[in-house]
Amino acid sequence: MTHTQRQIGESVRRNEDARLLTGRALFVDDVRLDGMLHVAFLRSQHAHARLSSVDASAARTRPGVVAVYTASDLGDYWRPGPLLVPPPPIAGLVFNTCTQVPLAKDKLRHVGEPIAMVVAESRYVAEDALDDIVVEAEPLPAVVDLEAALAAGTPRVHDQLPSNLAAHAVQRKGDYARARAQAHTVIARRFRYDRGVSAAIENRAVVAQWDPHAEELTVWDTTQAPIPIRNGLAQLLGLLESQVRVVAPFVGGGFGPKIMMYYPEEVLIPWAAMRLGRPVKWTEDRQENFFATTQERGQIHDAELAVTKDGTILGVRDVFLHDTGAYDPYGLTVPINSQCTLLGPYDIPNYESEFTAVFTNKTIVTPVRGAGRQHGVFVIERLLDFAAKELRIDRAEIRRRNLLRPEQFPFDNQILFQDSAPLTYDSGDYEPALDTALEVIDYKRFVGEEQPRLRAAGRHVGIGVVCYVEGTGIGPYEGARVTVEPSGRVRLATGVGTQGQGHFTVFAQIVAEALGVEVSDVHVITGDTREFHWGTGTFASRGAVVAGSACHAAAARVREKILELASHELEAAQADLVLEGGRVHVRGDPTGGIALGALALKANPLRGAVRPGTEPGLEATAYFGPDRGSTASGVHAMLVEVDPETAQVEIKRYVVVHDCGRVINPMIVEGQIQGGVAHGIGNAFYEQLVYDDEGQLLNASFMDYLLPTATDVPNVETIHRETLSPLNPLGAKGVGEAGAIPTGALFAQAVEDALAGSGLEILEIPLSPTRLFELMERPR
Amino acid sequence: MKPAAFEYFAPATVDQALALLAAHGGEAKPLAGGQSLIPAMNFRLARPRALVDLNRIAELSYIRSAKGGTTIGAMTRQRAVEQSDVVTRGAPLLAEAMPAIAHPQIRNRGTIGGSLAHADPSAELPAVMLALDAAFRARSVTGERTIPASEFFKGMLETALAPDELLVEIGLRPMPDRSGTAFLEVARRHGDYALVGIAVVVTLDGQGRCKAARIALLSVGDGPVLAVEAGKTLTGQVPSAEMVRAAADAAATRDVDPPSDIHASAAYRRRLVAVLTRRALGRAFERAGATQRGRS
Repeated sequence: MTHTQRQIGESVRRNEDARLLTGRALFVDDVRLDGMLHVAFLRSQHAHARLSSVDASAARTRPGVVAVYTASDLGDYWRPGPLLVPPPPIAGLVFNTCTQVPLAKDKLRHVGEPIAMVVAESRYVAEDALDDIVVEAEPLPAVVDLEAALAAGTPRVHDQLPSNLAAHAVQRKGDYARARAQAHTVIARRFRYDRGVSAAIENRAVVAQWDPHAEELTVWDTTQAPIPIRNGLAQLLGLLESQVRVVAPFVGGGFGPKIMMYYPEEVLIPWAAMRLGRPVKWTEDRQENFFATTQERGQIHDAELAVTKDGTILGVRDVFLHDTGAYDPYGLTVPINSQCTLLGPYDIPNYESEFTAVFTNKTIVTPVRGAGRQHGVFVIERLLDFAAKELRIDRAEIRRRNLLRPEQFPFDNQILFQDSAPLTYDSGDYEPALDTALEVIDYKRFVGEEQPRLRAAGRHVGIGVVCYVEGTGIGPYEGARVTVEPSGRVRLATGVGTQGQGHFTVFAQIVAEALGVEVSDVHVITGDTREFHWGTGTFASRGAVVAGSACHAAAARVREKILELASHELEAAQADLVLEGGRVHVRGDPTGGIALGALALKANPLRGAVRPGTEPGLEATAYFGPDRGSTASGVHAMLVEVDPETAQVEIKRYVVVHDCGRVINPMIVEGQIQGGVAHGIGNAFYEQLVYDDEGQLLNASFMDYLLPTATDVPNVETIHRETLSPLNPLGAKGVGEAGAIPTGALFAQAVEDALAGSGLEILEIPLSPTRLFELMERPR
Repeated sequence: MKPAAFEYFAPATVDQALALLAAHGGEAKPLAGGQSLIPAMNFRLARPRALVDLNRIAELSYIRSAKGGTTIGAMTRQRAVEQSDVVTRGAPLLAEAMPAIAHPQIRNRGTIGGSLAHADPSAELPAVMLALDAAFRARSVTGERTIPASEFFKGMLETALAPDELLVEIGLRPMPDRSGTAFLEVARRHGDYALVGIAVVVTLDGQGRCKAARIALLSVGDGPVLAVEAGKTLTGQVPSAEMVRAAADAAATRDVDPPSDIHASAAYRRRLVAVLTRRALGRAFERAGATQRGRS
């Protein structure tokens, strides 16, 4: 039995695009129901204040207002959200749980925190009524700066805690002190790495409808995790899980913040819909998104690298501060990712990493595409750059000397990853990736000939090359159900939500290859708990790895059923059967055999008997949970030109060599890389959340919060490499976040190189022309 | 982000529009392309009681060439100005600046008069008009007057227009012989408001000396700034790299006192003023036919 139709590995056109491009895809804001009400939230104007009273009486009398709720109106329904990701069992760990609340009571902890909810006949009226609500609050000094947050006498974000310390953790491998003592050189620097909003094209939105006859609640939600949302809402509202249907239809980008649970709006809209007996809708506007949707922000690292004279890494020590915002519902995923990803593709025998997470009066921090990995990559890559300079070793060469060798896998880093499993790299082959990147960008010739020639002509063009790894595809599990319908088309349902990744195509490819059908004949359903209700969600670059493997397993079982039944029907041995073109036939007789649809009918007869020991239909459900995450990797290289007079930077070329294991659809992977790089370039040079000393965000609109546009992002030249993962049957590793991870480190290196000779050291991201100008003017 | 309630009027003639503005006694806002006013209303930063929509007033949309120069109706779309041969021939500086204004979609809707009446100090058109010494024709129910560009811009989002007065036409004089112009800006991204921008008109005399230099800067104050000192440095001189550098230096140190904001510090803006003035003057003199000595 052979696979005659290769689908995996082909750049198959996307099944979902016809619907998306013609405007027929359903997004939550498209949901319009009879009698639907609209919501606006009154949000805190203060970063930190004691809340003494909220008077909504005037708002309640405004024509068109149906209800106004404050914290005191919620009764028992008012409760802090759950701790979503309990921290890993790190010895000596301190973790203070303080999770978000549905509506502020007693205290306001960040600008944009919801205080009251207005439900009205239209969003216009709801927003008008916000002006009618009288809030009395006594402003408190805001905790904004990371270092000041821990200083004695600083006001506390959470009064019940002794300080603003949210967490403290130390992870060690080997003996760093001994490594340091043996070092030829120790490179030590302080680094700052800041990030921003995820800026999905679609903001969050929730619509809820209670059907009193069916006693069923339907919630359309832009969540990345519809099944956990359903389970949580059922528990909160005292309903059976089967009474709650959560639909995450097409979602315009997730990038992490849409997996946060449970946002106040997510908890309150369904509650109000049940209470009022009318459908209720809330769509976040862009201004709200800057305050109310989780972000990633800054870390400050004091890091050092101990190296031998030839550049071999003996050890790394890193002590860092992490801003977790006003609450910490997502546990320690982000700082642990920073801690783990710092190790990169390198053989670092001794490592000591200590972090302190602090509460601040700013929006909650949870993972955003890359999820703290950027910060770690920036620290190790910059340290290697400075070591190379000091030891007079080529930048690419110092990396090569320290790369893990293929025979070292699986490689145990002896610390714990965010999923509580040991940080063990499953497989990798790093040196050829580095060589390929150097070759494609023509590193040797550029550095040796081109760069000096350009410099002589007064042009400042720099090159950068950085490496990274990315822990992807973590558990616990996902599931899928594959059904061959009598039409011959195949239904595939899975629990993960979809935010544009290409699930409708990639999952279809996996199933199509197993069943010998066209990819376009596989109808994929995602994110609807009525269709599939076991699973966790779309995050951590795990869709293809975990859900994809579940699709693979379910398709394999359906294939077995097909072969068994066809063998009986065609009176042929299973080994002689071929599945192709939507039919099963005996090898050598491609025009004979039976169509899959016809076989599906025979598997579900109206009369006669289903043979004992078999199940009706050509259908199977399967689950997949990996032992631990897989490790993707890559090398990014770029050329940039800097105008030293104006501090303007132009990216001339951007090359990515990446390895995400089995590439299921190269076109989709390239799209993920291109999008990730765009995100990374935004992080490096355009996007920054600027808070003032009072904790007010100064650039809460796309006029002042700058996203890179099509003219700012180059076409990425992508080269695929495939080092298969042994942890799943597809050999796949995740790719959703990869492009965004090393960009900051690369940008810093390349810009510094363009200005070589100036003595400029870039120790921070994001940069901007004005900041670069300031750094260039700084006396050295 | 929904606007507060407002009344809406869509007159078909200028007279009707003026009557509506007068009737609302300053509480109505004229709506041109809406590229600034509508977002401000959605943020509820602007809460006009009424909007007088000018988009159906056909008589305000035209580009004409006459002996006395070029005239442009206030409701002419920016895209039409950008694509106009009349403008390219009669006001090359304006033609050069148009593509720097936002993006094509915005220029399709945005109007030349709307941008000028909005008077954003970071916008391109006010500085261009100041460099060109444009004449603005304004009307109200009580009459009509002409306001020179140098008296039109009064400060941050403020103009000489009275609340019931409408900017109806922009007049541009013909360019003298031996003139050259240049427009440059540095923006964070293509299409953004500039961190600093510059519009330059230089005219040479028969001996190749600089007869006049009008240098207008944007994004360096609460309105477009005429770099008078820089202009003086050049007047009567034969353009040279040294002269241009001296003018650039004067512009950066004596003509402007730029603000700091989250996108650019005052020091960085000053640097950009110096660099852009130098580069723009070099280009303008070259276009005017000057033979410059030395590298600028």
